[in-house]
Amino acid sequence: MATITLITGSMLIIIGFYAILVKDNLIKMIIGFSLANTGLHIIMVSLGFLKNRTAPILDPQQTELNLLNNILDPVPQALVLTAIVIGFAVTALLLVVALKLHDKYQTLSIQKMWEEK
Amino acid sequence: MIRKFFILIILLAFSIILTGIITEYVSPEALGTAASYYAEKGPGEMGATNLVTSVLITYRGLDTLGEVTVLFLVASILGFYLNVQKSNKNSTCSPLLHTASRLIFPFIFLTGIYIIINGHITPGGGFQGGAFIASAFLLVLLAGLGKDKSTGLFSILESLSGLVYVLVGLAGIIFAGGFLDTRILPLGESGKLLSAGAIPVISILIGIKVGAELSSMIVKLSYNGQGN
Amino acid sequence: MILFITLVLSLVIFTVALLAVSTKTLTTSVIAAGAVSLFASLLYVILRAPDVAMTEAAISSGLMTALFFIILSRIGRKNDD
Repeated sequence: MATITLITGSMLIIIGFYAILVKDNLIKMIIGFSLANTGLHIIMVSLGFLKNRTAPILDPQQTELNLLNNILDPVPQALVLTAIVIGFAVTALLLVVALKLHDKYQTLSIQKMWEEK
Repeated sequence: MIRKFFILIILLAFSIILTGIITEYVSPEALGTAASYYAEKGPGEMGATNLVTSVLITYRGLDTLGEVTVLFLVASILGFYLNVQKSNKNSTCSPLLHTASRLIFPFIFLTGIYIIINGHITPGGGFQGGAFIASAFLLVLLAGLGKDKSTGLFSILESLSGLVYVLVGLAGIIFAGGFLDTRILPLGESGKLLSAGAIPVISILIGIKVGAELSSMIVKLSYNGQGN
Repeated sequence: MILFITLVLSLVIFTVALLAVSTKTLTTSVIAAGAVSLFASLLYVILRAPDVAMTEAAISSGLMTALFFIILSRIGRKNDD
C-alpha cells in the first residue's frame, strides 16, 4: 500500500514542477510550488509506513508495552510536521513578493514584465 | 523551442529519479536503529504517551527551535514589507456571518486550547493548536469584527513566548541533562494531564507563538493599502 | 477495502491537481489546490499519521487557501491566465 501513495506523491511533484516551468501567470507558479510541497510530504510519510502496525500513540492503560513490534516509525512524521509549517511560511513570502511585483508592473504575466523592462 | 526542449529534459530527469525510488522500494519488516531506540526508551524516559510529540520536542528539540526561528523571521519580514494602515470602511458583510462568528469564535478558541494542552496524551500539540487559533482569528477578520484592533498585542505575545522557550531550554542545562531536556519538572504518571516533565509547558509556549504569528501575518496582509 | 479507498483517493488527487494547473480562472485554481490538501489529509489518516493529518488540514487547506484569496482580492481579478 505504500507503493500507491509513493506514486501519488511522485505525480504531484511532477505536476507541480510542470506548473512552475511552463505557466505564465505568477500565481499559477506559486500554486505549483505548493502542490510540489504537498507531494514531497506524502512521499516522506509513506516511507515510514510498516505493514500491520499501528500509529505511534500509546494507550496509557496498557500494562504490557511491547512497542518494538507494534508501532511504526515516528521520526518521518515529526520531520513532516516541521516541513508543512515552513512550507506555509515560504509560500506567504512568495505571495508578498508577487504583490509587490504587481504593484510595480501592473500585470501578473512574466512575458509582459520582461517586455516592459 | 530550445526552452521547451530543456523543460522536457528537466521533467524527464525528475521522472527517472522518482521511478528509481518507487521501483526499488522494499517494504521494511522492522524498525530502524533510531526508531527502535525511541520505541524502547521513549515512554520510560519522557513519560509522554504521544511518541511523536516527545520526539518533536525533546529528542529533536533543536529542529523545533530552528523552525520557530524561521517562522519569527518570516513574520518580521512581512511586517517590514507591508505598512499597516487603518481602513475606515464600514463592514458590509451579512448579519448572518456577523452574528454566527460572534457565537462560534469562543468555541473554536477553546478547541484550540484543548488541543494544545493535551498535546502529550492524544494526537495534537503546539503547531496544530496554534493553527486552530489562527483560524478562529481569520473567521473574526472575515466577519469584519476586529477592524480597529492593532497588531501590537500579537507582537508582544510572540516575542515573549519565544524568549521564555529559550529560557526553558537553558534551564535544562542547569537542572537536568542538557539543552532542552524536559526532565526539569517531575515526570509524574503517564496518561495524566500533569505529566511528562516540561513537555506541556513547551507545547503551550509553541502554541501561543505560532497562533500569534499566523494571526498577525493574516491581519497585516489584509489591512494594507487602499480598500479592504 | 482499504486498498480500494487508497486507489480512489489517488485518482481523485491526480485529477484535481491537473484541474488546478490547467484551468483558466485563478479562483478555480486556488480552490482546487485546497481540495488537493484536503484529500492528502485523508491519505495521511489511512497512512496512520494522525498528527500530520491534523496539521495538513488546518494549515494547508484552511490558512493557505484564505491567504491566496486575500492576495487575490488585493490584486483585482482582471489578470487571468
